[in-house]
Amino acid sequence: MPTDLDSMVKVFSRPKSLTEARSTYCPGCQHGILTRIIGQTIDELNIAERTLIIAPVGCSVFAYLWYRCDAVQVAHGRASAVATGIKRADPNLVVLSYQGDGDFASIGTAESIHAANRGENITVIFVNNQVYGMTGGEMAPTTLIGQKTTTTPSGRDAAMFGYPIRFSEMIAQLDAPVYVTRQALYDTKRIMDATKAIKKAFTNQVEGKGYSLVEVLATCPTNWHMKPVDASRHVVDVVTKVYPLGDLVDRG
Amino acid sequence: MGEKVLLRGNEVIAEAAIRAGCQCYFAYPITPQAELLEHMAVNMPRLGRTFVQAESELGAINMVYGAASVGVRTMTSSSSPGISLKQEGISYLAGSSLPAVIVNVVRGGPGLGDIAPSQCDYFQATKGGGHGDYHMIVLGPSTVPEAGTLTMLAFDLADKYRTPVMILADGMLGQMMEPVDLPDPIDVASLPKKAWATTGAKGRDPNIILSFDLDPEVLKRMNLELQRRYREIEKNEVRYEEVETGDADIVIAAYGTTARIAKTVIRMARAEGIKLGLFRPITLWPFPYAPLKKLSERVSTVLTVEMSAGQMWEDVRLAVAERAETPFYGEMGGVVPTPRGILREVKKYAH
Repeated sequence: MPTDLDSMVKVFSRPKSLTEARSTYCPGCQHGILTRIIGQTIDELNIAERTLIIAPVGCSVFAYLWYRCDAVQVAHGRASAVATGIKRADPNLVVLSYQGDGDFASIGTAESIHAANRGENITVIFVNNQVYGMTGGEMAPTTLIGQKTTTTPSGRDAAMFGYPIRFSEMIAQLDAPVYVTRQALYDTKRIMDATKAIKKAFTNQVEGKGYSLVEVLATCPTNWHMKPVDASRHVVDVVTKVYPLGDLVDRG
Repeated sequence: MGEKVLLRGNEVIAEAAIRAGCQCYFAYPITPQAELLEHMAVNMPRLGRTFVQAESELGAINMVYGAASVGVRTMTSSSSPGISLKQEGISYLAGSSLPAVIVNVVRGGPGLGDIAPSQCDYFQATKGGGHGDYHMIVLGPSTVPEAGTLTMLAFDLADKYRTPVMILADGMLGQMMEPVDLPDPIDVASLPKKAWATTGAKGRDPNIILSFDLDPEVLKRMNLELQRRYREIEKNEVRYEEVETGDADIVIAAYGTTARIAKTVIRMARAEGIKLGLFRPITLWPFPYAPLKKLSERVSTVLTVEMSAGQMWEDVRLAVAERAETPFYGEMGGVVPTPRGILREVKKYAH
């Protein structure tokens, strides 16, 4: 007896460029969403065979496990310099430098700024969750004023620790970058926008246009001590007020 | 055949690297190696190869890490304070088994020191200047032509053992001009393919370059593999030179520029009837312990001479033990020992 079971079509599955490896991210963490978006983009652009993933130091240190792509694990903060070396050695490779806020905007400040300023033809995804997740929730360069972390137990005090750094705005001051944007993942619309931005950042590289940076505001329910939904709400209500969403540069 | 030219040591190292098929060079300016960087700035782009003046030594060594991952021959160069900054990257290169060549044109230290010749970075180079249980091959040229041949060799050894290799020169070698027979360029296409390189996972499983694993048992295995390779290097790659050691009663142990000066001292000493010889390590790591041990059995004294407070001296004493006297003479801070000054030391032990 025929039923509609026979006519079922699979409309959603894991991107081909993602492996079956078990995630090391905490429940509610948005790195996972981002990983899926990247996998999907690699599939759509059909570039898995020539993509190199740079795994940084931090929560995403295991990024070399997630993709069916070659990968290079690198020193803390140096991802953009390594990306430079890879891309200059073989311009046909598509290089993703995936970096957290401590990696990209603190210890790697010089490498990040200068790779952007040289207009290296690479794609950088900069995950801003305002905290050092891997080491136990210490202050990040992006930590908000008043935000409690394990190294700012009374909240970040600007007089003592300075202000949350708007790194993408700094990069946007440079002449070379072709695309600098800030995205978020707190709801479906934002996830779709971020997906578009990431595809554009990869497409720019494939077309040889130059340096693209996608900053992504992500949640860290574990170290923010919030439930995942509350954490997303915090991004909407608080984080985006300090880090406004949208394109900062688009010369593509 | 090659061509005969008059060049500075820094330029010879650069030219040798080009002829060894170095595809990507990354560095940051510092005296006394600036001519190396400048030679590469002119010549690498002309050959369609990569030259990047990095934002820092950290930038440069990590660009090397990236280029090495892709499997091309790559190099960086600097001088002492800059090499200190590169130590993080060198540890990662060693941990990830990536071949690369690093040139240190050593200057006086510690700290900012000065820009004059020194051998004060021997410990850092040979004992692992960065973190972790690693070594790199360290080659100590003594003349400008040898700086060229050892640079060519450095690229071969780096590839053969998947390890960083350091050329440990000094400000004298970097700045001095000598006639050199430049070797013919190698045919890069003839080099063995690097199956481990991250060139894109096309028609194979992904390659991953890393020095990392959170499982201590796995990391231990990774360490054991490095150690296995180090034992192989120690077995196969020890290089040294002996000069007039056949009838010698006293032997100078010296490397690099100091060894070259010692050759003059041998002539002066022998004119005065002192049977003086020279033992010159060419590989500083692996250090030639066994041949020096053998030599020490038939001499009264092994006098170590260095432009440092006595760094290689420790390895000399390990090799010689109690078989001979092991005095030391050193100059520091960029002061180069004179033949007369060394001879005066030699005479203290001539009976």
